[in-house]
Amino acid sequence: MRRIISVLMENAPGALSRIMGVFSQRGYNVDSLCVAPTSDESLSRLTIITQADNKVTEQITKQVNKLIDVLRVAELTDSAHVERELMLIKVATRTEIARAEVKRNVDIFRARILDVTSQHYTIEVTGTSDKLTAFSDVMAQSAEITESARTGVCGLSRGDRALRP
Amino acid sequence: MRMMSGAAMVVEALKDVGVTHLFGYPGGAVLDIYDALFAQDAVKHVLVRHEQAAAHMADGYARATGKTGTVLVTSGPGATNTLTGIATAYMDSIPMVVLSGQVPSMHIGEDAFQETDMVGCSRPIVKHSFLVKKATDIPMAIAKAYYIANTGRPGPVVVDLPKDIVNVQDSHPYVFPSDVSMRSYNPTLKGHNKQIKKAVASLLKAKRPVLYVGGGAITSEASGVLTILAEILKAPVCSTLMGLGAFSSTHEQFIGMLGMHGTLEANKTMHNSDCILALGARFDDRVTNNVDKFCPHADIIHVDIDPASISKTVNAHIPVVGSVKTVIDQILEQLEAQDLTQQEEKLSDWWEQISEWRARKCLKYSQGDTVIKPQKVIEAVYEHTKGDAYISSDVGQHQMFAALYYPFAKPRRWINSGGLGTMGFGLPAAMGVQFAHPEACSVVITGDGSIQMNIQELSTCLQYNLPIKIISLNNRALGMVRQWQDMIYKGRHSHSYMDSMPDFVKLAEAYGHVGIKVDTLDQLDDAMARCFAEKERLVFMDIAVDQNEHVYPMQIKYGAMDDMRLSKTERT
Ligand SMILES: Cc1ncc(C[n+]2csc(CCOP(=O)(O)OP(=O)(O)O)c2C)c(N)n1
Repeated sequence: MRRIISVLMENAPGALSRIMGVFSQRGYNVDSLCVAPTSDESLSRLTIITQADNKVTEQITKQVNKLIDVLRVAELTDSAHVERELMLIKVATRTEIARAEVKRNVDIFRARILDVTSQHYTIEVTGTSDKLTAFSDVMAQSAEITESARTGVCGLSRGDRALRP
Repeated sequence: MRMMSGAAMVVEALKDVGVTHLFGYPGGAVLDIYDALFAQDAVKHVLVRHEQAAAHMADGYARATGKTGTVLVTSGPGATNTLTGIATAYMDSIPMVVLSGQVPSMHIGEDAFQETDMVGCSRPIVKHSFLVKKATDIPMAIAKAYYIANTGRPGPVVVDLPKDIVNVQDSHPYVFPSDVSMRSYNPTLKGHNKQIKKAVASLLKAKRPVLYVGGGAITSEASGVLTILAEILKAPVCSTLMGLGAFSSTHEQFIGMLGMHGTLEANKTMHNSDCILALGARFDDRVTNNVDKFCPHADIIHVDIDPASISKTVNAHIPVVGSVKTVIDQILEQLEAQDLTQQEEKLSDWWEQISEWRARKCLKYSQGDTVIKPQKVIEAVYEHTKGDAYISSDVGQHQMFAALYYPFAKPRRWINSGGLGTMGFGLPAAMGVQFAHPEACSVVITGDGSIQMNIQELSTCLQYNLPIKIISLNNRALGMVRQWQDMIYKGRHSHSYMDSMPDFVKLAEAYGHVGIKVDTLDQLDDAMARCFAEKERLVFMDIAVDQNEHVYPMQIKYGAMDDMRLSKTERT
């Protein structure tokens, strides 16, 4: 089952590798990882997507929580939450029709064109992982995807639940 | 404010945290620290012969005292040589701080001479680690290292010190932190009241309770309250390999070690119990046997300071996160209000059943006239030390014989590598014990295989006059491997036999010690007497024991806890 594990940790060297160690030692795959400092720069917030059953998820969260640099761990998947991912995608278009098609889909998906050159559009799109994949599939139909980069999912619980220090 | 070099700060900070002994070995990256050590005698430095042994010594010191053991090694090979020792401490939750030298900061990552990424190499086997970046961070890093190592679930901590920051030429202000509280690290000591209430209700309801005691009871110094609790509840007590001595093995309620080589009565009691109170134990695979068949009738109350240990292998019905000692105190408080006068009568059927299991005398063995049985040697050591020695063990059959045939009446007397099973642990561990308790009788129970894994430390023993007693059960084989080959591989002894044994007596003598060889049963008692009468010198007892003896009882693979072989021919 797909899990979103959210971690609040010290923004310190080595902290991330210790967390990744918990996964790699046990042979768990990390599907995506999104990490950046929080509004308090001394802390980092991490969102990890992995596939795991309940027992494995419990072990992962406990083992991550046990790390000295980690303040809080929560599994977001089970309760109400919001999640977003951002993708930058560069597509090559040869014909006017293709260009029009790309622009139409950009509107439908509420994406944004960030950069235009004679042959390429660079597009920003935000949403759930599924939406990004759908957008990418649609793009592939009318244009050639030159490259793309995704941030990995980041998520928060709804309402007053929060990871606080 | 005092000004000093980074190297002097390291030594000063060690003094400030109360370090008495430092087990180490010098090299390029730590020469400045060694220079700072030269000028003082508050911290006693012990020069080992191999860095692995330094870690085991610090570990033995820690196990015997509860204090954190300290290691100092150089970068590269010095640091990597400690890894087995660090992993050993990690698996058994032993507080240890390893100070490792590192190449100068500006050369880190350049594959400089004797550079290894020590923080990276040790990452999966430490509780935490620090790469110190500037000299003024040294006091805080060291203070935190000791705080982390010896609070919560203890463990080893690595402090990696680049050479440039400990340079003796530089001078920095030294301030030792008065407080090291960390927002990301606050171990829970007290059990949740609701959980304690549930645990008490379950214990009182139980008709077939058992206390399953692990190393956490020793770490948290819970022996006193544990004994009170057991006596109030009138429940049988069994122990893991790591917990031996937390509850006296000579107490009438003690039913022995449980698990793979546990006693029949301990494993039967566990399997048939309706309420298991696990105290600082972790349901390790060497205890549970097949988890699917594990103790099917029991309500499991699991007390552990490490939430990650709870429900890791076996599901706990009543998890209690907290220190064993504190939680037992809380349970005792709740029990005060209860009428427990019926307890003995309530458990009389249970005890009757246990007596039947005990009556099978699973530890019996037959000692002939000449060839010495390994069990006999352990019993002789018990007699000659009056049960009051510190016993450090290596790994193999001799370890299990020691655990089963030497009753430990006190905690911190049984020093062995339970989790990692590190051959070569015994001698250096016993040295750490002897440094911690110079007047005590420090014994090593070892085998001809294990002793050769750190035998160079006999040289260190001479340098520091450690009157250790080495009891080597010489079966001319890697006995435990051989036993498995007998049982599982139809007696094909693939590379478990060593036909080039050294003359251990001469070896001991070459290192400046006393060596005694014992070949037959009639020599055993006198030789033991000679050995333990020798108060000032190290004695190496090379005792020829039966090569074909197996350790029994032994759980049958994939079975329940109590599916056991009792001898080569008998099963439960
Ligand atoms: C460092 C290390 N290598 C290998 C093993 C695997 N092993 C476990 S017991 C054993 C044999 C030990 O032989 P010995 O020390 O002579 O003791 P005995 O079993 O004969 O009493 C071996 C090789 C181990 N535990 N540790």
